[in-house]
Amino acid sequence: MASTTQTQTPPARPGGRTRPTPTGRLGDKIFLGLSRGSGILLLAIMASIAVFLSYRAAIAISKDEGNFFTTFDWNPAGSPPVFGIAVLLFGTVVSSIIAMVIAVPIAVGIALFISHYAPRRLAAPVAYIVDLLAAVPSIVYGIWGALVLVPYLEGLNLWLDQFFGWTYIFEKTEVGVARSLFTVGILLAIMILPIVTSVSREVFLQVPKMNEEAALALGATRWEVIRLSVLPFGRSGVISASMLGLGRALGETMAVATVLSPSFLISLHVLNPGGGTFAQNIAAKFGEADAFGRDALIASGLVLFVLTLLVNGAARLIIARRKEYSGANA
Amino acid sequence: MKLQRKTRLRATALGALAVSGALVLTACGSDNNSGGDTGGSGSKTKAASNVKCDGAKGQLRASGSSAQKNAMDLWVKDYMAACSGVEINYNSSSSGEGIVAFNQGTVGFAGSDSALKPEEVADSKKVCKTGQGINLPMVGGPIAVGFHLDGVDSLTLDAPTLAKIFDTKIKKWNDEAIAKLNPGAKLPDKAIQPFHRSEDSGTTQNLGKYLGAAAPSDWKYEAEKKWPAPGGQGATNSSGVAAQVKQVDGAIGYFELSYAASQKITTVDINTGGAAPVKASAENASKAIAAAKVKGTGKDLALDLDYTTKADGAYPLVLVTYEVVCDTGNKADTLGTVKSFLTYTASAEGQQLLTDAGYAPIPEAINTKVRETISSLS
Repeated sequence: MASTTQTQTPPARPGGRTRPTPTGRLGDKIFLGLSRGSGILLLAIMASIAVFLSYRAAIAISKDEGNFFTTFDWNPAGSPPVFGIAVLLFGTVVSSIIAMVIAVPIAVGIALFISHYAPRRLAAPVAYIVDLLAAVPSIVYGIWGALVLVPYLEGLNLWLDQFFGWTYIFEKTEVGVARSLFTVGILLAIMILPIVTSVSREVFLQVPKMNEEAALALGATRWEVIRLSVLPFGRSGVISASMLGLGRALGETMAVATVLSPSFLISLHVLNPGGGTFAQNIAAKFGEADAFGRDALIASGLVLFVLTLLVNGAARLIIARRKEYSGANA
Repeated sequence: MKLQRKTRLRATALGALAVSGALVLTACGSDNNSGGDTGGSGSKTKAASNVKCDGAKGQLRASGSSAQKNAMDLWVKDYMAACSGVEINYNSSSSGEGIVAFNQGTVGFAGSDSALKPEEVADSKKVCKTGQGINLPMVGGPIAVGFHLDGVDSLTLDAPTLAKIFDTKIKKWNDEAIAKLNPGAKLPDKAIQPFHRSEDSGTTQNLGKYLGAAAPSDWKYEAEKKWPAPGGQGATNSSGVAAQVKQVDGAIGYFELSYAASQKITTVDINTGGAAPVKASAENASKAIAAAKVKGTGKDLALDLDYTTKADGAYPLVLVTYEVVCDTGNKADTLGTVKSFLTYTASAEGQQLLTDAGYAPIPEAINTKVRETISSLS
């Protein structure tokens, strides 16, 4: 989003950034010192947080009688203490994938509508309303999900089970209301819609007018213009927007905790109630946990941190490889 | 150009004013909240006139069980109305957090759904320099089992059947075991959807203790704060479980009685083997608590509840929440307030308030000991 000004410059950038040379004026010196100091302070704070978390996590994992990566249970208060992240990792990844599969196409559609189809008078309010979705607190989504979405999804679940049960994924083997990973995925999709939409919209608006007009001059229809010039140009931007959304989906807590019926079982039947995510588990267990239980939760939080890091790293790699196209390299 | 800048400045000033104004207003709002809303409490405040405020002063912080939150709110409101200049803040987080806070010495007393564990008592000796943490039973309450089954207005179950339902061994409402306990009821051929607490909870632990004691062959799990059985569905907080039971036809779940009352959920009568099935009510819970024995040693009054009682009208599925204090070695600056406040909560008047809120008073025999212990705190 911050790249609006950069995109105006031609793709060939002025070679490597040059450090501004201090002019010797007092103001410059103070500002240099301040900014350098805050940069170092930030790194120091981050490092100390990382050290603290790793230390507490190490204490917990060393006392874990189960296997931290393969145990299907979370009972640090038990004797012997047993906990593992397998179910949480699975649930986090699966619910985020469902959210992405639903949200990204819709978000791209809305972004294209706002940037290329809607009359200007309609585009602004639609964009505004989509952005407003981001301002709704997640607990409100949670309550709405539990009271409205869950009952309404029962019909959809039965339908999916009846016609797509053969896929195994949509087979519903357990009775119960739709407090499942699938429902969580739908809710997360709604929650990440605004960020993906607004970043994609910005990117689509940056497509050079020349490209579009050239395509139009060759006799392309509006859809062909989008297919030939807008989408290729915006691809890396859409990818980075999706990754921003994915980051939110991975870490979403209260909405998931309210809607999901957690259990420590792994099942690919996404319509069955059950499963769990890192953030949901931390929110649910933190209140009654003793000191050791909290260390265990911190350990699981570290895994989520690493997961997010990997996702962001992968996104940067993908974007870097498509740099030549990128007008909006976020 | 100049003009434009002026208007912009003015706009910024207006904006700043609006923001700071909003901040001031919200600050006022939160102040009012902590002062306590006095809706419909006029009569009760009058009743609390014989609260003894001796030695009470300043601020007292307390923390713990959310199961006794409503009782605490009533007590604190009346107490503070009677004793001006004293401020009590009960932070209803959870039993676990309450005990952690108590053992760190940041609160005057803690509320807990279950008695201190041995290692927690050991920890408490650091805070209570000359003594240790003890449990004072203060609030009792029935855990109601609520159900939602269209066409069925009352339901009787016994402990083994309850255990099998929550363990998902009984899957249909028209199961023989249920039909045998409810002759004449029209039970539909519908799946049972048992709901439990998804986060760790003292209510879950107390249900586990009851099922383990009253139906040992059908409930083989240990009584822990986390839900032990693999089946069923989870929901967050008692209010979440109640909301699900309210919403889902075929559901059954457990929560404190007040949630059943406020959501108008029908509760299960328990067949204890006594003369008649027992309803979940504050009065019936008190009768069951009366069968309890004190298992704590010294001044500790931790209770051993008799879950298998067959006494007439005794509802056995109960929980007792404790206030945790130091027997000796309480902090000097809060000791007076703690003694004065707990004397009020354990008084006949304080216990009477409980029934209005859906809780059960502690039976007289135990309550007498509680009062003695409170007066001996130092």
